[in-house]
Amino acid sequence: MKNSTFQQRVSGALRGPLRSLELATLQVNLGYRCNLTCKHCHVACAPSRTESMDRDTADAVLRALESGPADTIDLTGGSPELNPHFRRIVREAHALSKKVIVRTNLAIVHEEGMADLPCFYRDHNVEVVASLPYYVGDDVDRVRGSGTFVKCIAVLRQFYELGYGHSDGGTLNLVYNPRGAFLSPDQTCLEAEYRRELGSRFGVSFTRLFTFNNMPIGRFRDFLRRTGNLEAYQSRLVAAFNPDTLDGVMCRHLLSVGWDGGLYDCDFNQALGLSMCSGLPKHIRDFDGAALEHRDIETDEHCFGCTAGAGSS
Amino acid sequence: MSLRYVIVGFILPSRRPRMGDYYRSEDLDRFTEVGRHSPELFKKFLAWYTAALEPGALSKREKALIAVAVAHAVQCPYCIDAYTKACMEEGMSLEHITEAVHVASAIRGGASLVHAIQARNCSDSISL
Repeated sequence: MKNSTFQQRVSGALRGPLRSLELATLQVNLGYRCNLTCKHCHVACAPSRTESMDRDTADAVLRALESGPADTIDLTGGSPELNPHFRRIVREAHALSKKVIVRTNLAIVHEEGMADLPCFYRDHNVEVVASLPYYVGDDVDRVRGSGTFVKCIAVLRQFYELGYGHSDGGTLNLVYNPRGAFLSPDQTCLEAEYRRELGSRFGVSFTRLFTFNNMPIGRFRDFLRRTGNLEAYQSRLVAAFNPDTLDGVMCRHLLSVGWDGGLYDCDFNQALGLSMCSGLPKHIRDFDGAALEHRDIETDEHCFGCTAGAGSS
Repeated sequence: MSLRYVIVGFILPSRRPRMGDYYRSEDLDRFTEVGRHSPELFKKFLAWYTAALEPGALSKREKALIAVAVAHAVQCPYCIDAYTKACMEEGMSLEHITEAVHVASAIRGGASLVHAIQARNCSDSISL
């Protein structure tokens, strides 16, 4: 583990290295193929990507879920729905009485063979986490591609009609990402504004809004470098370091599984190929809950993205 | 180009600021250099500035929007940069910022126009 500036700041705040607190969630990246090509994507996903979890690896994930301490599986990508084993994983995890979270871009429902996804989610009690970078169409389309916002709103309406976002219905959480080289606003204030604007403009609602910062990696890093914003953005993240966020950062509560079964401390480390500390299992087939539950976490300068301001996990 | 300009430019080529050197982005980071002279006054200014932008009856978000509108009214490039970013970090978009600039511009335009009454008063006072 290298002694980075981030590690020094963490050591100063925690009087020791960053260690995981529990293994509550298996966050599984099913592949990098996606129907969209979002400008802020830290994994650089696109329709042309071919990386996708195979059957054997999906089986190993389900075995780890059944035998390990995690009570939640969190499916991400790319568009996780494009993986051929996606629905089986959801069904079997649900049958194991595990909480199932799917990170969806919403627009996937408009793709061929995907129209029944909202009902499938409802029937398997799936908690939906949907990316919606803003409540204004032009702003969203600029980041995610022309025509995406209208599709997303249509799908949000479907979810709302199925009971998602109602106080007694399914959980539908939205995710805000800044649309450029600046940090996220206060989550509570923006959630109230999203609720008001999405309700008055489109007649839809949701459960919670999460505000995340963009990680200075992947396609977003390319944007920062190309526009001369990289240095200032990284400095902004470092200056906004907030030690109060350290209890909640995702790496302390989950284990990230890559599309090829590789194990990582978080999805961002996975995108960077930053493996876990030496001595720990490196692949899901070697899963060992006891060894992984309270492990040292591998960090680097990008980790300031999770600790800036109010946090980003 | 006058002979005087050429001579002065020749004698002090590196120290004479050019108009193009005004409003360089990196100069904003040097703002505290202003405090080298009259440091007590600068210290008081900073304390007042900071306090004025703290959330109170108005939220941080509302104050950022006021600031960006005023920045346009006083046409300060540093402030426009700083408070456009602040507005975006408060979850606002160009939709909000543009409306706010219209308000500032409308007040500024109206302030000029309403002085036409002064011209009318003056005209009336000296006319038959």
